[in-house]
Amino acid sequence: MQPLEALVGEAGAAAKHTAPPGDAVAEVARQMQICNACRYCEGFCAVFPAMTRRIEFGKAEVDYLANLCHNCGACLHACQYAPPHEFLVNVPQAMAKVRLQTYSDYAWPPALGKLYKNNGLALALALAAGLALFLALALALNGNLWQPALAGNFYRVFPHNLMVAMFAPVFLFALLAMGMSVRRFWYAVSPADRAREAPPAAATEATRDVLVMKYLDGGHGEGCNEADDEFTLWRRRFHHFTFYGFMLCFASTSVATLYHYLFDWHAPYALTSLPVLLGGAGGIGLLIGPAGLLWLNLSRHPLHGDARQKPMDRGFIALLLLVSASGMALLAWRDTGAMALLLALHLATVMALFLTLPYSKFMHGIYRAAALLKWAIEKRQPSRLQLGSE
Amino acid sequence: MAERDYDVIVIGGGNAALCAALMAREAGASVLMLESAPREWRGGNSQHTRNLRCMHDAPQDVLTDSYPEEEYWQDLKKVTGGITSESLARLAIRDSSHCRDWMRRHGVRFQPSLSGTLQLSRTNAFFLGGGKALLNAYYRSAEELGVHVRYDAPVDRLELDRGRFVAAHLGAERIAAKACVVASGGFESNREWMREAWGQIKGEWVADNFLIRGTRFNMGVLLKFLIDAGADPVGDPTQSHCVAIDARAPLYDGGICTRVDSVSLGIVVNRQAERFYDEGEDFWPKRYAIWGRLISYQPGQIAYSLIDAKAIGRFMPPVFPPLEAQSLPELARKLGLDESALTRTVDGFNAACRGGTFDHAALDDCVTAGLTPPKTHWARPIDTAPFYAYPLRPGITFTYLGVKVDERAAVHFSGQPSPNLFAAGEIMAGNVLGKGYTAGVGMTIGTAFGRIAGAQSAAAAMREKMHAAA
Repeated sequence: MQPLEALVGEAGAAAKHTAPPGDAVAEVARQMQICNACRYCEGFCAVFPAMTRRIEFGKAEVDYLANLCHNCGACLHACQYAPPHEFLVNVPQAMAKVRLQTYSDYAWPPALGKLYKNNGLALALALAAGLALFLALALALNGNLWQPALAGNFYRVFPHNLMVAMFAPVFLFALLAMGMSVRRFWYAVSPADRAREAPPAAATEATRDVLVMKYLDGGHGEGCNEADDEFTLWRRRFHHFTFYGFMLCFASTSVATLYHYLFDWHAPYALTSLPVLLGGAGGIGLLIGPAGLLWLNLSRHPLHGDARQKPMDRGFIALLLLVSASGMALLAWRDTGAMALLLALHLATVMALFLTLPYSKFMHGIYRAAALLKWAIEKRQPSRLQLGSE
Repeated sequence: MAERDYDVIVIGGGNAALCAALMAREAGASVLMLESAPREWRGGNSQHTRNLRCMHDAPQDVLTDSYPEEEYWQDLKKVTGGITSESLARLAIRDSSHCRDWMRRHGVRFQPSLSGTLQLSRTNAFFLGGGKALLNAYYRSAEELGVHVRYDAPVDRLELDRGRFVAAHLGAERIAAKACVVASGGFESNREWMREAWGQIKGEWVADNFLIRGTRFNMGVLLKFLIDAGADPVGDPTQSHCVAIDARAPLYDGGICTRVDSVSLGIVVNRQAERFYDEGEDFWPKRYAIWGRLISYQPGQIAYSLIDAKAIGRFMPPVFPPLEAQSLPELARKLGLDESALTRTVDGFNAACRGGTFDHAALDDCVTAGLTPPKTHWARPIDTAPFYAYPLRPGITFTYLGVKVDERAAVHFSGQPSPNLFAAGEIMAGNVLGKGYTAGVGMTIGTAFGRIAGAQSAAAAMREKMHAAA
């Protein structure tokens, strides 16, 4: 039985032991080989049905599946092969490691993908630069950070055209960089022989899946796992607060821009005006959402996700919190002498956020949306496999 | 450790134990569960289960069409060859028609049959996330209801008084209760007992070559204790749910992913490179449960499923990659088989294939002629390189030797039911399963008799209390 002994040894190497550290793609491929022979988790999310349409897991497949994974944790707690089983299956963790790699691999321009290496530091440096810039600017323009006389007049501190000249290029660059990054991802995970065109129904479904964050519901509507095997909807709710808070703030700025250029109505706007109402609601959402996500992040089960990414996650959450807290403070004290200082602080955080947008945790939403669109397209196509009894 | 006096002790930590604990608690009893495994390995073989075979007269949420009681019973009678108890079987079957609402109340969720299991969409309700998700839900519900659960708590003997349960012993610790449910599984993890049960065939200790698909904690301690203490045994110790699995699987807990579904697409040879059974007798899902036993009787308890390039992509991908070769002699070398013997077997098989229209989704007309044993469906020559092989061994899911119970799940001693000792799950499944298996019936038996044992143990505890008060 010499050959059989050898076989057992080889199989051990193939399935029982994790891939070499650093080869995150190979580790997902190893785990998918096990999952594909089990399939119990098919009802939780889109990752497993997408997996069953494949029998080989190269980088393109793994990058796609990793970004389709929402790290909800359901499959880990349900897994008969999770640690301490010798197969050491931990799909959420393996996927998280690959995700970080994809953010770096597909970043545009590619050289800036390095910013994911020490992302917490990158965010902190961006914030420090923003603070230095706006505080120095405020001092240079006004000679003083305490200006009781300005009472709500932002443009006396920073002229409107100056703000536009600073923010417009940064924002447009962020849009370009995010667009190029997701484009690189899309072409890499969708080889030319697979359909890339989205039929309307697929686009509608993907949009819905993004807007309601369908796959944070656990497949049964009771939510995902956080600290243990109990399900909770709080991660979905806090994501909704964050996402819609961000969108409301964005809407506020857009409306204010229209007011400015179309109607020649200039800030500051009344508390009952549309920009302030939208911004106020968005700011509250951006306070509650990230605060809740931080709390969940701190109490998360140690086996969930990739511990080394906590600085990236928490750095991004902290930056969002600083944006919303400084914005709300500005709204509260805009008619006092603190306005100039608060405005400088708020603009600094916003600048830091937009500078790092294409190189921060923000991108998880973009790649995930792309992965969800790909899933919505491919699920409408017949499977290429002809497995028995399917 | 000082223990309070419980109404009911449930010994075990799998599906049947949890069903019993939940039912007893719902009936008002104070309940202590003693699980021998540590928390991370809790749940016995239920960790590896995936569905429940359910009777239903009309389509239900995740179940298509209907599966009436009579058809279910006939299926069970067929796979067991009639070695079953009709009254107990029908009890379990009927319970399966309405237990799912109760299961859902305790957090179990269902999903339609998984990809690759369409043949079960009518008969089997799948657990969303599989058996471990079901266990997690039951444990959460039990803890919320106030069931006390102790892990790392192996009971080594019971204190009995002429068939009446008095207390459970864990080493030096004694825990008394008014009633007890034993749901501690079969004895398949006990290698020594398996060795003894199977004995030697042609000088080989057959069971030494078995793999255990499930938990390493089913040592059969209480099964042995009860039989020695005079409980009536039921079933044959060599009978079990035994399937052919990849020989490279781990010794314990390989679970579902070690199964190999390529058998019906090619041929299976033994260590002498000879075929020994009709690989195309029926659809694989209807035959997988006999191949473990077939391989048990082959030399070295080893066999090899051989396929060629035509079969790739037509069966569920197994967890381990196949052995691959460009020629049959090369494959024989890799497997350690005699090259000329394998070539002879394959040539003989290829020459006997009578053509026909291959259709793996139907019992097609591709048969062999003049070959022993024949291959009666899906017989296509193995002639297209590369060639592939999966080594197979018997994989034991659970053993059928158990204690005899009645319709109240009461353990029998010399034909008399115990007033307060009940059994559920694998330790009594042999009452219904004398041999053979059909998917999801283990969970049907465990759920039904777990629920019965739980309710009966609570009632027995109540009787004991009234008796003591009077």
